[in-house]
Amino acid sequence: MALDTVSIAETTPNNEQPWRELGLKEDEYARIKSILNRRPTSSELAMYSVMWSEHCSYKSSKVHLKQFGEKAPKSDALLVGIGENAGVVDIGQGYAVTFKIESHNHPSFVEPYQGAATGVGGIVRDILTMGARPIAVMDPLRFGLADAPDTRRVLPGIVAGVGGYGNCLGLPNIGGEVVFDETYAGNPLVNALCVGVMKHSDIKLATAHGTGNLVVLFGAKTGGDGIGGVSVLASETFASGKAAKRPAVQVGDPFAEKVLIECSLEIFAQDLVVGIQDLGGAGLSCATSELASAGSGGMDIQLEKVPLRDPSLSPEEILMSESQERMCAIIEPSKLAAFMKICKKWDVTATVIGQVSEGDRLKITFNGELIVDVPPRTVAHDGPVYNRPIAKPAYLDSLTCAEVPTPSKGAELKAAVLKLMSSPNMADKSWVTSQYDRYVQGNSVLAQPEDSGMIRIDAQTNLGVAISTDANARWSYLDPYEGAKLALLESCRNIATTGAKPLAVTNCLNFGSPEDPGVMWQFSETVRGLADACLELGLPVTGGNVSFYNQTGSVAILPTPVIGVLGVIQDVRTRTQMGIKTAGLDLYLIGTTDDDLSGSEWAYLHGVMGNTAPKADLAMEQRLINLLLDGQSIFEAAHDLSNGGLVAGLAEMTLRYTVGADLAVSVNLFSETPGRVLVAVKPEDAEQLTALSNKFNITIAKLGTTGGDDLIINDAVIPLSELSQAHSETFPKLFG
Amino acid sequence: MATIIVEVMLKPEILDPQGQAVASALPRLGFTFAKSVRQGKRFEIIVEGEPTDAQLAEVNKAAETLLSNPVIETYLVKVEK
Repeated sequence: MALDTVSIAETTPNNEQPWRELGLKEDEYARIKSILNRRPTSSELAMYSVMWSEHCSYKSSKVHLKQFGEKAPKSDALLVGIGENAGVVDIGQGYAVTFKIESHNHPSFVEPYQGAATGVGGIVRDILTMGARPIAVMDPLRFGLADAPDTRRVLPGIVAGVGGYGNCLGLPNIGGEVVFDETYAGNPLVNALCVGVMKHSDIKLATAHGTGNLVVLFGAKTGGDGIGGVSVLASETFASGKAAKRPAVQVGDPFAEKVLIECSLEIFAQDLVVGIQDLGGAGLSCATSELASAGSGGMDIQLEKVPLRDPSLSPEEILMSESQERMCAIIEPSKLAAFMKICKKWDVTATVIGQVSEGDRLKITFNGELIVDVPPRTVAHDGPVYNRPIAKPAYLDSLTCAEVPTPSKGAELKAAVLKLMSSPNMADKSWVTSQYDRYVQGNSVLAQPEDSGMIRIDAQTNLGVAISTDANARWSYLDPYEGAKLALLESCRNIATTGAKPLAVTNCLNFGSPEDPGVMWQFSETVRGLADACLELGLPVTGGNVSFYNQTGSVAILPTPVIGVLGVIQDVRTRTQMGIKTAGLDLYLIGTTDDDLSGSEWAYLHGVMGNTAPKADLAMEQRLINLLLDGQSIFEAAHDLSNGGLVAGLAEMTLRYTVGADLAVSVNLFSETPGRVLVAVKPEDAEQLTALSNKFNITIAKLGTTGGDDLIINDAVIPLSELSQAHSETFPKLFG
Repeated sequence: MATIIVEVMLKPEILDPQGQAVASALPRLGFTFAKSVRQGKRFEIIVEGEPTDAQLAEVNKAAETLLSNPVIETYLVKVEK
């Protein structure tokens, strides 16, 4: 194919261009022509098509996401907000922490191992580009039914990919979720979270300032990986028979990434960069246009200088390639030698590919021919914005209430507990998490199955952070506004039960097609709920990610807003864990229990959805969090109640260290009323707990005492050995 | 007895970290001939007598579903006497 240059484009205005194949709509193509006052060159078309894709431009979600800015609470903790590669929060003692979740759903369906692996790699580079050392990862995962044949293909590959990449990087994987629902068949969700730490002064931003500064590409060479991955893969529903559109899968090289991390951190330490950006979705198109628009706008790139793995790549392909483990830095010429020296030391290829220029155009040449001449903001930020139609979905009118038997005693209860705790959603996830390295680096204080993952930041002061990710997609299906609030609250509780104070929020919003008004309604209600709740709780949203088109045919996934909360704990040695370690403790339920079976795990096991989600009580939940933090020193164990309700919480607390309990419970054991926590205290601390209950105006009820080899609820005796077997054999049976 | 060989290679556009590692190790050991290296795998499947067309079809099926990952790899089936 002949090189399509700007001058050719000017003289051949009517050339047919494959805008439709690249995923652009007719009006979007027309808009590109009006911006440029001519037809785009094929390279420009490639850039616009990837950057204006749903995945990169947030064109369907932008109008809703701005609520996170409008409703942002005042927060002294937020150092860098939404818009950069990742948000940064102040955790005290001069430390700043950055954390973010991103989705890698579609690539993980096509090629589970590499899709999940490169998902981890991408989020780790996002954290790195902020100037932080990545210290831990987490992976909330969702799959189709556990016994479905495709789940057996997808799940082991994804779990191995997450583990393979993270373990090679030497990053502990401290938590996440594994949830099954038939709507995720064909649409598995792979959300990857990374957290990194730095000193305040080390924060780096993605910007290209200073005329004459150099644009340097460093890391892996560029190949044909994932070309068009963004526009085609993440932004369109899969349709069979379109195999030709399937792009080359990106293959990750975690050892190259590890070297890139160390090389970058050394470069940061010597303060050698003006701005930096990683190359993820949309590759060089994204990095050059975003860096240039965050600066003064001008940049010249000589594309033939990009080191190639595959010399046959065309300029369009070089611009669109999503080859992994690459970074782009802006460097003052005087610092180039020092920069190159460090790259050489780490054996990282680094090449000057251009300069920051005067003016406000991004100009790319290929062997001297001008092939791109655009205002970079039009590529990176001024993409189309859609106010898509919204309509409350019809299914909400035909919901029926959840009527399922809820045994409270005897053999019936025992059978129900065994059934619940052996179901795939509630079963022991060790099969998954034992493939992840949870303790590498020696700073993991808590990891799965604890309520939140906790990492020690400072070995002298024992300052630490806790992170939890949560979503209850069935509640979001029944009421997306409340569902989003409830997911946030669950995540906050999971932080507070371990003794950490919730500080900031990130999110990964996984939905069906935005072209479906019902899905758009779910999305808008979710964002509204999350923004309202964050405002009321005073928690800033530091960033997030939207994944649309998780849909097969007309069936969308359950709306799945995964909410990540980061908390701070001053001394990790004081953290509370979830398991009961000793006999003779009093076990208390904090919070009140209603009949909340709609959307519950127990109703789901009976094939029943129900009709309504619980109402989130933010004021009460805030008091509960305060109670947990105030009373931390008396809690021998604490565990948030969520999926499976009280009975699941009791099972999990007793199974953790195989210490039983003898309890009398009058409330519904299977109800999933939010805002509840189980705590174990020494009998002599009971008075103090009562005082806390009065102080924060929250109901407490003593359920019984710990000890023995059985979980005894009312008169139902469930031997822990039997419960443990039922709980732990599900995954090995399903996945070998 | 005959041996059916299945050779599996990453597709040319797919990154091959192992091949790259070999390529960068060669010059360190004084071998300067290689411009690039790609690494694959080879299966030797021994069958009784001459392989039949039906057997070869089966092997092809196995190569496509188990021995290779058709999303990122290609395979080649041949018979060695």
